[in-house]
Order: sequence, then structure tokens, then C-alpha cells
Amino acid sequence: MINGADTVFILFSTSLVMLMTPGLAFFYGGMVRRKNILSVLMQCFIALCLLSLHWMFFGYSLSFAPGNVFWGGFKWAGLSGVGLEPYAAYSATIPHQAFMIFQMMFAVITPALIIGAFAERMRFSAFLAFILLWATFVYDPICHWVWGEGGWLKSLGVLDFAGGIVVHTSAGIAALVTTIFMGKRKNLEHTPSPHNLPFVVLGTALLWFGWFGFNAGSALAANGLAVNAFVATNAAAAAAGLSWALLEWIRNGKPTVFGMVTGSIAGLATVTPASGFVSVMSAIIIGVSASVLCFIAVSITKPKFKYDDSLDAFGVHGVGGILGTLLTGLFASKAINSAGANGLFYGNYKQFFIQLFAVIVVVIYTFVVTFIIYKLVDVFFRMRVSEKDESMGLDLTQHHERAYTVLE
Amino acid sequence: MKLVIAIIQPYKLEEVKEELYKSEINLITVSEVLGHGRQMGVTEVYRGHKETGNLLRKIRLEIAVNENYVEPAIKAIVKGAKTGEAGDGKIFVLDLNECVRIRTEERGPVAIG
Repeated sequence: MINGADTVFILFSTSLVMLMTPGLAFFYGGMVRRKNILSVLMQCFIALCLLSLHWMFFGYSLSFAPGNVFWGGFKWAGLSGVGLEPYAAYSATIPHQAFMIFQMMFAVITPALIIGAFAERMRFSAFLAFILLWATFVYDPICHWVWGEGGWLKSLGVLDFAGGIVVHTSAGIAALVTTIFMGKRKNLEHTPSPHNLPFVVLGTALLWFGWFGFNAGSALAANGLAVNAFVATNAAAAAAGLSWALLEWIRNGKPTVFGMVTGSIAGLATVTPASGFVSVMSAIIIGVSASVLCFIAVSITKPKFKYDDSLDAFGVHGVGGILGTLLTGLFASKAINSAGANGLFYGNYKQFFIQLFAVIVVVIYTFVVTFIIYKLVDVFFRMRVSEKDESMGLDLTQHHERAYTVLE
Repeated sequence: MKLVIAIIQPYKLEEVKEELYKSEINLITVSEVLGHGRQMGVTEVYRGHKETGNLLRKIRLEIAVNENYVEPAIKAIVKGAKTGEAGDGKIFVLDLNECVRIRTEERGPVAIG
């Protein structure tokens, strides 16, 4: 039976999640040098175009069709059989297409998250090939394992409410792989790269706003669970933003705007898998842990290892996603979500190890397959722009445009 | 007294600054300018409308120095900004008639450094 309130809620949540990709564009765009902002906006928006089509042609089928334990197959390719009646295995009260388009926005933003790792130095043609292959061979299978009907990690009992594994761990690890093999950006030994921090704050605002749809919408109904996810999401973001600012204040002398918003995003990414399984107070602890661990990853570990994860896609999303997935194994409670499981703190230590196992599997799979895709695309398209193009900026060299004029 | 004006690639600014500091030249003015030399600019396209020969973004340095710092300044700028490609820029050296430090109203070579 289709429920009107649920359908409205999911369509609204879909719109919120859609807005996260432009939000991410500004979040990342403000962090790059101004000669590259259009390239980042372009990469995010074209991901919205390209991956929307990918999802309808075959991505949704590979991810969610009732295939085998590893992938969904092509049964629902071209949305064949994906109609306006509910598909009970996923959501019994909304049209199947509403579920499909809600999930589409996840499939769009996940590859877009990786942009942070290779910003300012990737060829546009290579980018298109890379995200299409990555969505097909990394996102779609992992999505099926964790969320798809019959997926093997789902059958094991892995808890991932809104994408700690499927979205943030996979994108974060892919970010690490691409940044390692792409190498550092040129001419950045001295200059701090963010050219427009107000854009970063604007992007954070849009992401935080959109994240309500991402997490609460993952309840797939307008019910109490959605409200729990909504409140937990805000709680973690708030706790993480505040604690990152305090950490900086203590360690570096001043709290920064950039640090505070980075903390908020880390909190949001980390609470994602947990939001529909944990209490609000647990979400606050999750937010603070996210801040501490991501702060260490971004400010202490990254400079030591000297890799150039331009915009900290791994340090925030990878680390946050993995942390959140593991913390779900500690804080999950059946009192919050009876369809979930208890975590270690509620007497079920096994859940923690299930979460840990899923993380390890997804990290290894993502690492290996992303590496293969990277090398393949590099052979056919050349991943990196020429040194001259890089120093002139991707806006002029990849798109023949510039974002800001100096003269009228 | 001379005024050294240099037009360089924007991304070379930090290296040039570092070289200048090494030569104990710490007082510089930096501005953003547009121009092109042999590189002949870039093409831009807006909704299909093509504009060729557009000006490129460059950095202009102005450094006032006493005579014994002219050569070190030139060497430092060249060392920091040279890639060997078209577009590396130019250095102009001009005579400087007067220099006044506003705070103390000192004049001449003593006001420069």
C-alpha cells in the first residue's frame, strides 16, 4: 500500500540529497586555488548528469535487482520492472521508482566525494571515464552486498544505515588510492590552497542540510526512526564541529572556521552508518570521536606521510566512514531500531566483529578495483594534466573558462 | 637607488619571495596584473562565443633597492621564476629619484631598507 506521507518524505529527502552534490561542489570548490574552482564545480555537476543516467540504464539494476549475492545483474536495466507500485523487499509504502531515485542521489554523490583527492590535476576526459567505471565496478557491487536483496554482507547482518560503508568508506579508500598514484600537486609547497573559505562554509551548510535527507530519508518512511536519524545527525555534526574548533584552539592557539566546518562534515560522515541504530547521546559521542580521529588524520598523519589528498577526501570521509561503521558495532541498540541489532555495549560483541569484517572486505575490494580502474584509465586517457596546464589552471585548460575576471 | 619591476608567473611568486629573502631583500610590493607576451594569451569560450588572445594573469613585483642590491635582486628573481618556457616574464630596472619613509620622513637610500 502506498502511503502518501512516506512518499512525500522520500521525494523531499531525495531533493535534499540531490542538493548535497552542488553543496559538495562549493565545499570543495572553495578549497582549491581560484584557477581551478570551475573544474571542481564541473566535475561535481557532471557527476550528477552522468551518474543519474548510469543509474537508470543499469546502475540501479546492478545494485538492487534480486540477482545473486554479489551483484544484482541486469534484470532491472533501463528501469524495466521498476514501476510505481511498491517493491516490498525495500520499501512497502512508497512507489518503487521513489526508492530508485532516492538511491540514485547516493550513487551520484559517492563518486563525487573522491574528487577531493585528485582536485586540481586530473584531465576531464579521464575523470569521466574514471567515475563511470568506478560507479559500475566499485559502488554498484558494494551497494548490492550491503543493501541489495540477497547481498552477502547484508545476510551476515552488517549494519549500515545510510552509507558509512557503501558511501564513505568506499569513496574514502578510492580517494586514498587515487591520491597516492596521482602524486602531489605542483607549486604547493608554500601556498595554503583554499581560495574562498566562505564557499567552503556555504558548501558545508548545504551538505549539513542535505544530510537530513541522506540519513533520515534512509528510514524510507516518515516515522519515529526517521526522526531519530534526523536528531542523531544534527547531534553528531554539532558535537564534531564544536570539538574540532576546541581541539584547534588548544593545539594551534586559535579556532578556525575551516576547522569547524571540517569537523562538522567529519561528524556527519561518521554518524551516517549509525544514525538509525543509535541513541542521540551515543551520536554525540560518535561526533566527538569523529572530530578527534579525523583531526589526527588530517593535521598530523597526512603531513607525516606526505601524500597530497588535496581536500582530505580520505582523511574526513574514509576515516569517518570506517570509524562510524565500527562505532555502530558498539553503540547500536535494538531499543532504537528493532530491525537492527545490539552492539557491543548492549551485550552483543559479535556485531562489532561483523562491522569490522565488512570494513576490511570493502577496504580491500575498493583498494584493488580502484587501482585497476586507475591504471586502465591512465593508459587510455592519461589521468594527469600536463605540467603547463596544471600551472595555468584546469579552468582555462580543461574548460576554456575562468571563474573570476580581473578587468571588467 | 633603483626600482626593480618584475612580471612573473603567478605560481612562481612563492619561490621568488623565498629567493629574495635569501638575498636579504624583504621589502616588496606585489600586485596582480594581466598581460601577455609571446605566449599570446589563451582562448576562452562562453556559451559558444569564442574569445581568443585573452590576457593571462601575471604577478608584478616592485622592489626599491640601493645600488648594491640591484644584482642580487635580479639574480633572485631569475632563480625563482625561470622555467625556460615562454611566459616566464620580464624584469625592468628603473632609476629611482627619491624615496620617503612616511613614518619618519627620512629620505634617500636610508629610507629604502
